[in-house]
This record gives sequence, C-alpha cells and structure tokens, in this order.
Amino acid sequence: MSITHRSLSVAAALGLCLAGPAAAQGVLRIGMTASDIPLTTGQADNGGEGMRFTGYTAYDALINWDLSRSDRASELTPGLATTWKADPNDTKKWIFTLREGVTFHDGSPFNADAVVWNFDKLLKNDAPQFDPRQSAQGRIRIPSVASYRAVDPMTIEITTKTPDATLPFQIAWILMSSPANWEKQGRSWDAVAKAPSGTGPWKIAAFVPRERAELVPNTAYWDKGRVPKLDKLVLVPLPEANARVAALRSGQVDWIEAPAPDALPSLKSAGFKLVTNLYPHNWTWHLSRTETSPWNDIRIRKAANLAVDREGLKEFLGGLAVPAEGFMTPGHPWFGTPTFKVKYDPEAAKALLKEAGYGPQKPVSTKILISASGSGQMQPLPMNEFVQQSLAEVGIKVDFEVVEWNTLINIWRAGAKSDMARGATGMNYSYLIQDPFTAFIRHAQCNLAAPNGTNWGYYCDPAMDKLFDEIRSTFDPEAQKTVLRKVHEKFVDDALFLMVTHDVNPRAMSPKVKGFVQAQSWFQNFSSITMDK
Amino acid sequence: MLTFVLKRIAYAAPVALGVSLVCFLLVHLAPGDPLSAILPVDATAEMQAQMRAAYGLDKPLPVQYGLWLWKVLQGDLGTSIATGRPVLSEVGRAVSNSLILASVATLIGFTFGTFFGFVAGYAQDSWLDRAASAIAVFGVSVPHYWLGIVLVIIFSATLGWLPPTGAGPQGSGNWWPDAEHLRYLVLPAITMSVIPMGVISRTVRALVGDILHQDFVQALRAKGLSEFGVFKHVVKNAAPTAIAIMGLQLGYLLGGSILIETVFAWPGTGFLLNAAIFQRDLPLLQGTILVLAMFFVTLNLLVDVVQTALDPRIQRA
Repeated sequence: MSITHRSLSVAAALGLCLAGPAAAQGVLRIGMTASDIPLTTGQADNGGEGMRFTGYTAYDALINWDLSRSDRASELTPGLATTWKADPNDTKKWIFTLREGVTFHDGSPFNADAVVWNFDKLLKNDAPQFDPRQSAQGRIRIPSVASYRAVDPMTIEITTKTPDATLPFQIAWILMSSPANWEKQGRSWDAVAKAPSGTGPWKIAAFVPRERAELVPNTAYWDKGRVPKLDKLVLVPLPEANARVAALRSGQVDWIEAPAPDALPSLKSAGFKLVTNLYPHNWTWHLSRTETSPWNDIRIRKAANLAVDREGLKEFLGGLAVPAEGFMTPGHPWFGTPTFKVKYDPEAAKALLKEAGYGPQKPVSTKILISASGSGQMQPLPMNEFVQQSLAEVGIKVDFEVVEWNTLINIWRAGAKSDMARGATGMNYSYLIQDPFTAFIRHAQCNLAAPNGTNWGYYCDPAMDKLFDEIRSTFDPEAQKTVLRKVHEKFVDDALFLMVTHDVNPRAMSPKVKGFVQAQSWFQNFSSITMDK
Repeated sequence: MLTFVLKRIAYAAPVALGVSLVCFLLVHLAPGDPLSAILPVDATAEMQAQMRAAYGLDKPLPVQYGLWLWKVLQGDLGTSIATGRPVLSEVGRAVSNSLILASVATLIGFTFGTFFGFVAGYAQDSWLDRAASAIAVFGVSVPHYWLGIVLVIIFSATLGWLPPTGAGPQGSGNWWPDAEHLRYLVLPAITMSVIPMGVISRTVRALVGDILHQDFVQALRAKGLSEFGVFKHVVKNAAPTAIAIMGLQLGYLLGGSILIETVFAWPGTGFLLNAAIFQRDLPLLQGTILVLAMFFVTLNLLVDVVQTALDPRIQRA
C-alpha cells in the first residue's frame, strides 16, 4: 500500500501539471488487435482485420461488399466494375465493365491497364511489379483465374481455368493499387507502403510502423454516399486486450476491437457502447472422416450435435455468441431449410448413440485437438471444456490435446491423416464463411484433401462434389443461391461438423461515436461515422 | 591499461559469436512456422513451398546460419518476414525507444536505489533501515506487469491523468522530451524502475554495512576524518561492486521489458520481441536478440574497464 500511495502522489503531481488536451472533433481513433499496421500497399495482411482497416478503406476491388446494412448478410455490390457477366457462349470468359471517371489518390486514372497491372502484381512472378508479400495474400483468393486481358480501356476479360460462377466472390478479394504511384515511389513496394495510393474512400496520410496510421477522407471518391464524414481515422495497434481497454477508458482511443470479455460489464457501466452483430464466422469442431474415426457414423455426429447446450454456452459467454443452428449463421441467405434441427436434445442424442451401439457403459471415446488461444477462437479452453462436458453427459468421452494456435493451423493444413494430427479425430477451429469457397468448398470437396487443400477431415461425397460443380456452373446469382442452400442443407442434414456457435464480433466504443452500422461482415464501412462533441 | 582493454575486447569476440549461434538456434527450436505470419491460413502447399524458398527457409540450418552470419558481419540483419521491412531499421527504431524509456527508468531506479541503500546501510537495524529494506523487497518482488496494470487503472482509467499506451501523441516519430511526450513516459518508467531500485538498494545496503564495519573506516574516524570524508571513502569502496550490478541492471533495462512494453504498448525492443515471437518472425527475432545480446557484451566490457579504472587490483587479478 505504501508504494501505491507514494506512486499516487508522484503521478498526481505529474498528472496535474501534464494533463493534455482533449482529442480534436471529427477524429476517430481505433485500437486494433493487430501488433502492427497491416500491409498498406493494397492486398492487406493480418487476415480479416487487415482487409477491414487498410484494405477496403484505402482500396477498392472490382466488386465490393455492400457494408451499408446491419440487418442482413453482406452481399456483393459493384465496385470498380459496374457490371460483370460470363460469356454465355464460353462461360470460362468473363467480361467486366469498368467504372468511368475513377482516379487513384495520386490523381492517375483507373482503367483496364491498371487492372491487368494489378493481376500481374499478384500472379506474374516475372513482372517488375510482382510483390511476393501481396501475392501471398492475393493469389490464394483467385484460384480460378487462368488469364486476363484489357479488351479496351474500360473493359477487362478474365478467363477461368474451368467454368466457375464463384469468380465474382474471388474477385472481391483483389484490391487495386496505383501503377503510377508505384512508378513514382521508385518501383519500390517498401516506399509505396509509406505513401500508398488506391481508389478507396480513405487515403493513408501518415504511417508509423507498429504505432499508428492516419487516414483522411478521399473527397473525390466515386461513390459520394461513402465519402467519409470524419476528419480523420487513426489506427493504433494494441495487441494486448487489457491495454486496449485501458486506452478506451482513458480516452486515448474511441473504439477498440475485441475488448477483453471480463472487462465488458465495467465498460458498459462506465457508459461505453458495446456493438455486436452476426458475421460470417463459425466456431466448430471439424470432424475427421478417416477410416478409424468414430465420426464416420452419422448417428454419432448427430448425437454430438444434439448434446451441446448452446444456450448455456451463450450464457457462459456473457451473451456474446449466437448459438449455431447450422453451419451458416441463422437467417443467412444460404441457410435453406435443413431437416435436421441443430438443438439441445440430450435424450435424442442418447437414443442415437444407443442405436449406434454406444451408451453409458460403452462411451464413444475420441481425441480432439484444441488451442489455448487464436484468431477468432473466442475463449477456446473454457468453451471446449463446456462442450466436452455436454458430450460426456450423453456418452461421448472426449480427450483434448492442446496445441499452440500456430501449430494447430499447421496440423489443419497437413490433414487428419498426417502424423502431426497425433491420432485426433477432430479439431476445434474457427472459420471465415464469407463466400462459397471459404464457407463450403474448401472443407468438403474431395480433391481438396491435404496436401491439395484444406479439406482437413478427408470428407468425400460425390453428391456433395456434384453440388459444388452446380455452384460453379450456375451463373445466375439467384439460382446460385438456391444451390448454395442445398449445399448448406446437406452440410447440416449430414451433420458434417459439430456446429457449436458463432462469434458476434464485439467492439466497444465511446458514446461519442455515432452513425456506425455494423455490417454482417468481416469488413466494415467507416464512412458513415461521425464523432459527437 | 590499454593491453587490458584490448584483451577484454578479444575475449568479447568469441562470446559474440557464441551468442549469435545460440540466438539463431533458439529461435529455430521454437515451434511454429514463420510463414504463418504472411500466408493466409488456407495457403496451398505449393505456395508455402514457394515462400519457403523465397525466404531461404528451405535450406539446411547450418547453411541458413552461415548466410545469416555473413550478412550480419556486413551490417545486414535481414528482412522481417512479417513486415518486409529491414530488421536493422526495425531494431534501430525500437532500441532508440527503449533507450528513452530505460534512461528515465535508470535515473529513477538508480537514484532511489542508491539513496535507500545508503540510508539503510548507515542506519542498519533502525526503523529507517527496515522501511528502506521493505521498499527494496517490494521493488524486487512485485510483478512489474501487475504494478503497470494497477498504475494504468489508477492514473489512466480512473483519474485520466496520464496516457496508458504509446510513446507520444503521434507515436514515437519525432520524439522530443517536451511535456506532451514526457506524459507518456511516466507510467512505464516508474514501473520499469522498481526492480533496479530494489536490487541496487539491497546491494548498496549490504556493501555500505560491510564497509562501515571494516578496520580502515575505524582508522579513518580515529584519525579524526570528518563523517563526509569517511562517506567519500565508503562510496569509493562500494562503487566497483555497485557499478557491476548497475551495469547488469542497465543491460536489462536497455533490453526493454516484454511485459512492461506490451502492457504500455511502448514501441521498444520488448514490444518488438513480443510481436516477433507471436508472428514467428525469425529474422526479426534473431536480429533483435542479437542486438540486445551485443548490448550486454558491450556493457560488460565497459563495466570491466570502469571497474579496473576504479580499482587497479582487478587488473592485476
């Protein structure tokens, strides 16, 4: 206590004479979870957070995500392309008509040559502007692209390897950097990182590595409805959760991503707003379908799905979760009407297990890989223990092998048959489920089992592959949604995963922050925000 | 003296080489894939292999070490995998920030530590000794990250007097010791100074107590030397050991503190190491550790030289 009083006196004296001015009006300061400013050259790193803050703010894709609404899942919307369609005579060929009159922040025009230059930046290893760092982020997102060319100054033709109607979702990942700025910066991407130029609603005006980035409005933005209202947006990397909370409480930032869960009651009682919404995130157990896995029996998979008390888990998480009703979030346009209802029904679970030859005297025994922390993993240790307890109550005995998050990712890439999987028959993993590929195809297409892809569990069902082919060959977006619903219905009806919960992307902010609409997306629109005095 | 200094420098060279080898091997022993920082989680095996080759991570470890050492000898610490920026510039910026923080923490810790140590040493077994020793024990034993969090709760979150994170209103760029920047220093510097204050206080107390009981002090007093004159002799006799301890403590402080710099988001070497560890950024990790280790080697060298200058018996030994 003596030290505390002494420190109090010293700091009190210092505080009285050194107290600083309040932040300027119209400036929004955000504490990110990243430990560095995400890559600013176009194709951002640091996952969804990177694309959110330095990707879709300063840059546009040919096709953007509509982030204007909070009451429905975000959908694709025209970006730097006004229209796009597959050639009916050769569905491998897509024509994109580009938006007229768009300029990069440096004043250079956006046109078809710039699009080709940007694809070369990611895909053409011998191109002068090829950037391994951006390529590492972007190339994986456009696996279907075989070639591309400028048809005329405002038209692009993209050819896919096989007919693929999911191309628009892939193209929405690819952000356009300014070729002229790259030349101006001495053809150096390191120099571009300090003085980037895109076409987005925000310009990156200042950048101190690992400390802050300042974005100012691009008043010449082509979409007048998305010209930012703020004077400035400041991004501050604050990887430590308690440091973020302290920064918010002291007024050093106005908004923090992912506040520490145990700080939420005190933040709310101190008048801070907690903003949440559904978004395409899934906290699940990915089940192995290798030969010896007990999960090959659909009755056991269904029993596990009926055994988890998801409402109890939500309560345990302070309400910051949405209980899973399927693989996609409830109400999602691709949800469909599965016949198997994902709910808490332990008696039905026990009956299924009994039918499968298991019971209290002969429980299903299996091992699951989990991590102690990780991006999107929420609170994996207590959550997994909760699920473990639920399963034990119906006769599924689960042992955990806890591995470090990075190791879990490597095991996920290596596949369930790999020695790295240590004989586990499942793993707890959090998924971005934003487009047909990330939501469904990568998990369940036969030829994407490791090492060719991330079908970790080696699930293979020709009927599912046929549906995936149908997604790729259905070029009418509404008809494609119908196929996607069928896929999701099969995911749920076959209980391919242990579907547990969805995160709600919590962020805490000062009551001064007005006009934010939290889209059901990993990305967000900051243009509508204002700051109260 | 010159021969002694040259000999010490010659001894430092193999130590530096050993340090480089150990820090290289240590970071490669840690689990995790450095490419995970830059590759999307669903990157294909082909892409991973391409990136591994691009960063030279597909080569055998001895070859990687040889190439890295060769670059280091030319003053190139490589490029950060996670950021693509030169490690030297990353470490340089972080070191300068840690130096600012360490300087202030040193000033606070050494001043108060020496003061409390002398007070306790001169007034052994009195209430003053007990009070000074209690402060020293608190300094040594309190978890400093906890103290940091408590200070943030009181002075930032509750009272709103001082900023809890960062190095300045615009970051550490253009750092200048004006009031606006110094506000950001107060909490981390106080937190950081607590351990050296405790260690130095205890060391000085023991030294002073021991010296005051030695015969030569009694002889000085018997000769009628003033108490201040005796004090000067005590200081001179306590200095070599105290300086050795201060040198070590200075090394720890200059190395930054992962916990303190993370709690306060102070962009120094500790913050950098934390980021490098979590991102498995091997070039950044080994570059930072190497620079910090070289600090220790250099500081030890300097301390040896200063000790010898103060006490020539050390040179003879």
